[in-house]
Amino acid sequence: MQMFPLEARQAIVRRKGKVLAGPIDLTLQGQGVTIVIGPNGAGKTSLLKMLHGIARLHSGSLEWACPTVEARKRQSFVFQRPVMMRRSVVENIAYPLRLIGVAKAEARQRAQEWAVQVGLGHALKQQATLLSGGEQQKLALARALIRDPAVLFLDEPCASLDGRATREIEEILIRAAANGTRLIMSTHNMGQAQRLADEVIFVLHGKIQEFAPADQFFTGPETKQGRAFLRGDIVE
Amino acid sequence: MSDLWGGLTQAIWLLVTLDADLVEISLRSLQVTLTALLIASAFALPFAAFLVVRRFRMRRMTIAVLNALMGLPPVVVGLVVYVFLSRSGPFGVFGLLFTPSAMIIAQVIIIVPLIASIAHQSLRELWGDYHDLLISMNTTQFQRIQALLWDGRRALLTAALAGFGRAIGEVGAIMIVGGNIDHATRVLTTAIALETGKGDFALALALGFVLIALAVTVNLLIHRLSHTESEGRW
Repeated sequence: MQMFPLEARQAIVRRKGKVLAGPIDLTLQGQGVTIVIGPNGAGKTSLLKMLHGIARLHSGSLEWACPTVEARKRQSFVFQRPVMMRRSVVENIAYPLRLIGVAKAEARQRAQEWAVQVGLGHALKQQATLLSGGEQQKLALARALIRDPAVLFLDEPCASLDGRATREIEEILIRAAANGTRLIMSTHNMGQAQRLADEVIFVLHGKIQEFAPADQFFTGPETKQGRAFLRGDIVE
Repeated sequence: MSDLWGGLTQAIWLLVTLDADLVEISLRSLQVTLTALLIASAFALPFAAFLVVRRFRMRRMTIAVLNALMGLPPVVVGLVVYVFLSRSGPFGVFGLLFTPSAMIIAQVIIIVPLIASIAHQSLRELWGDYHDLLISMNTTQFQRIQALLWDGRRALLTAALAGFGRAIGEVGAIMIVGGNIDHATRVLTTAIALETGKGDFALALALGFVLIALAVTVNLLIHRLSHTESEGRW
């Protein structure tokens, strides 16, 4: 089923009277890796949550090429601070499959395969909450990918991880992208943005300042703020 | 002091000789309270989870009322249940008054708000952790309740044990609806009240010690069976 393009029209997310993101006008096509960058508090998380559909729209619209209900089933979200269910590693990864009615034995089997793929093969029976930060994020990735989503949203998945964990997670992401999963990810790390991005969304004050192919943005941003941000200046 | 000492020795004596009356009323105490606990938990725990995941009007009000009902006076509950179950009451035809069933009904009413309230408190924290994830995964309301009840089971056990504690030591309601009839509805607490009234402090104290021992044993047993202290942090 065709999910893309995803079209946002004047979409606004508000909370307690304050606009977190929007108005957003955006059309996303179904290929590659989109990286969302911007300073702290710019609205990256809100933008991702809006596109994923877990932040209720205050106004405007968000439309996939297929019915929203279908689209929701085929996307996953990895949070900045991974949510660990109070279960073992295998049970955590198997949970999304159990939700859609996959039999217990098969779900566990596939969860184990995924655990091995992301490098958690040694910790299958361990309680997920006792994993290290990097391991928790890998678990979250495996859990997000196990349903084989068409779109994967990631909210700064490598924030507060060391270099090695970051590289391992990027490898998983590159593999997923190669398998045809559409990645939409926010990051703080410009190096990571340059390594992964096919296209870049630059966010400031809850609005999209620039949306351009990666090489174009990194060589010559159109906006003043974009140039300042790339230089490493503090952008307000 | 001599009463306490006498009570202790008599308690040990009753226990060692497995006094038939003592065994009977202890077992009835357990039977009534555990049944009430099971029924109450079956209502209260899912209800607590429901209150956590579901937003509706009057939700805050419901929670406030639930908390207030934790302090429900047992005597009044007993009285109301009595009126309902008495021959002339709406449920009189079932002939439940002065049976263990009536005592169970009264205890269920007393502990449901307590269990639901404590359970709600701890599930709310868990839901705070899980909220984004479960919403993102497109879960149904039922699946959310399931996940909360399963992953929060340790905390829920504490809620249930609080209910057990309140029910096993409760005397006002079951005295009224049970009637403290020998070999029919006499339980540890009502027997203690009776012996104290008769002035047999030693026997009353002995029964009291047995009651405490029973409550502690059941708690320890349930903790042991569910590995509360051995796995992880929850």
